[in-house]
Amino acid sequence: MFGWEFPPKIYGGLAVASYGITKGLSLQGDVDTTFCMPKPTGQEENFLKIVNMSQVPVVWRDVWYDNIKDRFIGHTAEDYYRFRDHLYADFNYLQGLDDMGCIGFAGGYPGNLHEEINNFSIIAGVLARSEQFDLIHAHDWLTYPAGVHAKMVSGKPLCIHVHATDFDRSRGKVNPTVYSIEKNGMDHADCIMCVSELTRQTVINQYHQDPRKCVAMHNAVYPLDEEIQAIVPNKKKGEKVVTYLGRITMQKGPEYFLEAAKRVLERSRNIRFCFAGSGDMMNAMIELAASYGIADRCHFPGFQRGKQVYECYKNSDVFVMPSVSEPFGIAPLEAMQCGCPSIISKQSGCGEILRNVIKVDYWDIDAMADAIYSICQYDALHDYLAEEGIKEVDQITWEKVGLRIRECYNQLTGRGWFDNEEYLNAVRNI
Amino acid sequence: MKTICLYFEIHQPIHLKRYRFFDIGTDHYYYDDYENERIITELAEKSYKPAMKTMLDMIKENGKAFKVAFSISGVSLELIEQYAPEVLELLGQLAATGCVEFLAEPYSHGLSSLGNTDNFVSETKRQAKKIKQMFGQSPKVFRNSSLLYNDEIGATVADMGFKGMMVEGAKHILGWKSPHYIYSCAQDSRLSLILRDYKLSDDIGLRFNDASWSEYPLMADKWLSWVAGLPEGENVVGIMMELAALGFYQPLGSHILDFLRALPKLAKEMGVQFATPSEVLAKNKPVSPLEVIYPVSWNDEERDTSSMLGNGMQREAFNKLYDENIVGRILACRDRRIQQDWDRLQATENFRFMTTKNNGMGNYRGIYDSEYDAFTNYMNILGDFLKRVKDLFPDSVENDELNSLYTQIANMGEEINIKDNEISRLRARLKKLGSTEEEEAPAAPVEEPKAEAPKKKAEPKKKAPAKKAEPKQEAPAKKTSVAKKADDKKPATKTAKK
Repeated sequence: MFGWEFPPKIYGGLAVASYGITKGLSLQGDVDTTFCMPKPTGQEENFLKIVNMSQVPVVWRDVWYDNIKDRFIGHTAEDYYRFRDHLYADFNYLQGLDDMGCIGFAGGYPGNLHEEINNFSIIAGVLARSEQFDLIHAHDWLTYPAGVHAKMVSGKPLCIHVHATDFDRSRGKVNPTVYSIEKNGMDHADCIMCVSELTRQTVINQYHQDPRKCVAMHNAVYPLDEEIQAIVPNKKKGEKVVTYLGRITMQKGPEYFLEAAKRVLERSRNIRFCFAGSGDMMNAMIELAASYGIADRCHFPGFQRGKQVYECYKNSDVFVMPSVSEPFGIAPLEAMQCGCPSIISKQSGCGEILRNVIKVDYWDIDAMADAIYSICQYDALHDYLAEEGIKEVDQITWEKVGLRIRECYNQLTGRGWFDNEEYLNAVRNI
Repeated sequence: MKTICLYFEIHQPIHLKRYRFFDIGTDHYYYDDYENERIITELAEKSYKPAMKTMLDMIKENGKAFKVAFSISGVSLELIEQYAPEVLELLGQLAATGCVEFLAEPYSHGLSSLGNTDNFVSETKRQAKKIKQMFGQSPKVFRNSSLLYNDEIGATVADMGFKGMMVEGAKHILGWKSPHYIYSCAQDSRLSLILRDYKLSDDIGLRFNDASWSEYPLMADKWLSWVAGLPEGENVVGIMMELAALGFYQPLGSHILDFLRALPKLAKEMGVQFATPSEVLAKNKPVSPLEVIYPVSWNDEERDTSSMLGNGMQREAFNKLYDENIVGRILACRDRRIQQDWDRLQATENFRFMTTKNNGMGNYRGIYDSEYDAFTNYMNILGDFLKRVKDLFPDSVENDELNSLYTQIANMGEEINIKDNEISRLRARLKKLGSTEEEEAPAAPVEEPKAEAPKKKAEPKKKAPAKKAEPKQEAPAKKTSVAKKADDKKPATKTAKK
């Protein structure tokens, strides 16, 4: 499996999804996952094997075992020597090679991202030659070239996981380089897993893929930790809090939320609006709120980390995700776990599997304002959504997603159906 | 002899329009005129008119052998009057044949039988009056909105003077009993119950055009053979459905009207007859009381109120709507727009749009996207409506007080009428007296005591209302008018003395 992020180091939703998928698969007992990522921290959970792409050689260097054996994060020195036996071309011209013949990665999303993606794919060639595996699974466009390369070398089926497309990120104005990487990956894939039907349609229509190889594979959530469950909400009586949580960028539609807030505040002043998150549109939003004269009711607490996110959900009466285009959007599921009713845009992928949320068009600010007002005003609606929402979201588990992925794997590899009855029953009973 | 009691419900709610919370207090018109017109004309074209024409033909062809009953809610009568008056024409023709019976039902097609008895009684009477006015029949048999029934509703209906009521023949209230007998209400034996056979009714209303059904295609002889084949003694078969089932839910292309048309002739051959509910009740006596503790209805597989009051949102809306304080004020007020809005807001569909149940058939939600949308919109409208009702009278006025004031006004009106009559009588007599005086002067003293007698009777009556009205602040206008009338009267009596 090729991935770019993995917890505990989280840049965005990709890490969480990668974790959920690998964990769900590992629980089936007979799936061995090797997760190749640019720069692990060494603190990853050990239910899967991590390969540190920064420490895979692409050039032969004569190094002593004793000198290097303690330097590895992720895989071991033995793995290193095995990789070194499978070099396939002379990459001495590459810059940034270290004493072990490896290419370093900065991790995250640096400026020279395209160069890193290319290096990642070069290393994948080494891995594909040295490792034994049945299937390649590549997460997000950054790893598609690596997946395609590995497929070329090994001839094993390639499954790519579309967590987002450039059409979502750019509201339609795609970056041609990114598009070509995405398209190439999809063209070579044997199976395209999309995080929602919405994304699947984008893949089919914008990337011209065969619908038969595209499957919608919705994300899930993990049950809340006890530590988070123990958070006691700190709500003021007679005052309601409506929360927007996410990057304050064009894709997420914060301006629609602000317009709705304005309409609600014309009617009732005892509602506060919280814009949690940061992003390039944050200052514009603050200015807009001020020009509407509602700055006293709008709060911008900035980027929320870890536990703060859940505190934010728990203290809110309504969660709003007005995304213009959201491949999946895991935030409403987390809000529902905390018993906070959610309003999401119809352009969000998670809406396809959620029933107990209010869905409005992102541009329909009247409908959004109406929904916010009625949840704040009518306790019956709030309580119904909160209770039923928790019940519903408890049913959405990574174990179930793991099983569906497993079905696709079995089809790709030509193996029989997964028939561990005990495990299947356990998952069904969640 | 097996008797089919065929009954059709004609009902279409008045759809509410998209109403945002910022409209509360500014916009008091709640209806989606376009949607209302569209739906009712479509229904009339596809279903009501063809079906009624077929029934007219059937009655002509078969003499008195074909009988049918209708019930029409007041709100849909308003809709039909406005957008499809030709349906009324056909209904009038049907009524004139004498083979059609009209039933009473709550005017609004609402849940008032569960929410507020006073309102339930008042709107049922209103509906019966309207039916009498339009079709010249006073309904004798009652059917509740969605066939809602429990023992208490039965007792109220019996008190209103109805002799029969239509009830869903749900398994959970009947148990081992058969729906093909007449039962009586457990709380009041004056009321007989005709039960709906949901299997035979749904065969026509629900499954007729369902190609995946094992009995498809359903033919009239097959269906009648099921009726004729019922065990000995099980004589009454209640077939009840919406009229829209003919032609709308089951499209005209499915030949459902041909099916209907074939029924009377074949029925005669098979020894099955048709009868109106009243005829059924006249011929069949109840076999036993039927106890129904929890309300039943004809909705969904559960046949209870879960599709209307199943979740917290529906109950919240219901409680807000039937708040005792509010209903009292609405019943007391004389504002016609409020009365009309009240009828329209009560319709059961408003609650059914909010259902979160999965009934396996897909929910029709009118103009709404989802149950939450329906709730939000309805509550916004209700918020505005309730505010208007509250603004009618100051908060400090209690409902009882209001009621007593209104009865007082009503009483005064009656008294004024009596007095007016009396005045005109006395005047007439005076005229007569004047003319006789001229002719026969000596006869006058004999007449005098007679003229005085009614005056004495009138006096205590005149004082009583004035005393009652004094401590109250309300109704000054009426009080003064009474006083005026009294003043008017004095000269009249004086002249009488002369």
